[in-house]
Amino acid sequence: MTTEPYITFENVHFSRGRKRIFDGVNIAIPRGKITAIMGPSGTGKTTLLRLIGGQIKPDSGTVRVDGLDVARASSKYLLAMRRRLGMLFQNGALFTDLTAAENVAFPLREHSRLPEPMIQRMVTLKLQAVGLLEAAGQMPAALSGGMARRVALARALALDPELMLYDEPFTGQDPINVGVLLRLIASLNQALGLTSVLVSHDVTEALSIADYVVVLNQAQIVASGSPDELRAQMSGNTFLRQFLEGAPDDDQSEHGQRSARNFAVALGLVPRSDESVQSKSDRREGIQ
Amino acid sequence: MNERQNGFPNSFLRGLAALGQGAMAAAAHTGQMVMFTGHLLWRLLPAWTRPRLIVQELYAIGVLSLVIILISGGFVGLVLGLQGYNILSKFNATESLGVMVALSLVRELGPVVTALLFAGRAGSAVTAEIALMKTTEQLSAMEMMAVDPLRRVVAPRFWGAVFSMPLLAGLFSLVGIAGGYFIGVVVLGVDPASYWGQIQQQMQPVDDVLNGVIKSLVFGAVIGLIAVFEGFNAEPTSLGISRATTRTVVLSSLSVLGLDFILTAWMFGA
Repeated sequence: MTTEPYITFENVHFSRGRKRIFDGVNIAIPRGKITAIMGPSGTGKTTLLRLIGGQIKPDSGTVRVDGLDVARASSKYLLAMRRRLGMLFQNGALFTDLTAAENVAFPLREHSRLPEPMIQRMVTLKLQAVGLLEAAGQMPAALSGGMARRVALARALALDPELMLYDEPFTGQDPINVGVLLRLIASLNQALGLTSVLVSHDVTEALSIADYVVVLNQAQIVASGSPDELRAQMSGNTFLRQFLEGAPDDDQSEHGQRSARNFAVALGLVPRSDESVQSKSDRREGIQ
Repeated sequence: MNERQNGFPNSFLRGLAALGQGAMAAAAHTGQMVMFTGHLLWRLLPAWTRPRLIVQELYAIGVLSLVIILISGGFVGLVLGLQGYNILSKFNATESLGVMVALSLVRELGPVVTALLFAGRAGSAVTAEIALMKTTEQLSAMEMMAVDPLRRVVAPRFWGAVFSMPLLAGLFSLVGIAGGYFIGVVVLGVDPASYWGQIQQQMQPVDDVLNGVIKSLVFGAVIGLIAVFEGFNAEPTSLGISRATTRTVVLSSLSVLGLDFILTAWMFGA
């Protein structure tokens, strides 16, 4: 097996309106591993998946998937690349007018000329793999959130992809479902030899199965490496420590302190003061 | 005082700016629609490789609109029969009631009223369905599965609208003529032979029937295009879906009425 990265971001810049999402980002996602892309909400994690899938193009820089320059590829090559990838969307994105089994059969019917009995057999296998064979005939509206996500996972695996993209798979799931999804993602990756990219802000869950982690913040990569390497970097990186340990954002700026004081005054926690400007230390005492 | 003096020019300038912004937004919307139409045109013929999808849409868009179209056609026929009888009886020409009702329906009311009802019943449903698919990332999921949503979702719905409209307009006219017969012949005593005979004698297959079919085909295409465009370009929020469905009904209705005048002038003008 080649050791070249499966996906590379080379000096990628991307903005939405005036907001800069990526500012010269370089990422190499290794082949055959689970890579977790992490960061606070709004840092462009889902945008990164859309760049990989070629749904949006970077303002500058190159995104390569298995050697293919996604932004500049012709639609023929782009479609061929997409047939080799599966994506699990945040809310499943199941087709609401099709049953669970029809959802899983959808990519097979679109891209293969297999006879119907063969398609049914494959659908059964995929639904078995996610432990939901009994839900085959149910409509998506009748499925729970966790079940819908597992059906969507079966659908994403229908064409036996080389690359799996997971967009916030654990968000809104109960602990049992999180556990089921974690086991599925890890075991599927190992059994099928996939390359997986997992976008998440659930630190504990993502770190428990990831081989490689990239942490994004304010349009830049803050840290990258194996989970152990990341933990080793924590002491020298304030943001990384705060993010990984889930510490609250303690805004020490003058503006932040003034907002906190106004909020405390409004709640009646501290007496109203006529002083328009207070020293920083005074304000802190007031809040405490 | 100064504020009062500046009030008029300021509010005038603000109004002018708002007008300019509105014009720019309308021009951008039109431009988007032209681009979308271009993309859709490329997918219209390939969509026929999956005729089952088009048949499904004919059912969802056409068959499910039958009830409202047939009931409305019946009432319009009853009203036409009653009004026509009252007017024609002043000229002792009640034997022409049949042809009056039939021509009014086949040339004008059939295609136009059907199109207005169709925009409200089917056009809004198509827009809401596509917009909701966009909001719930179903279209995005299709794209990531290397399935073109324009070809798989949009083109079949467009064809469904184009083919449903003439069929629905034809049924509307037939039920309307039956309604006119009921009120004219059964209730008011017009000679049934005159009612049908005049229709057979005076209605022209090309000038009247074919032109009516052309009108309804054009209306179907326009409503179909507006409905799929608004759905596909809707803002993916609940407010966005609501605005898109409203725009579909308003734009479709105005387009149908405007196009009806142009087509009537071209087909039947002096």
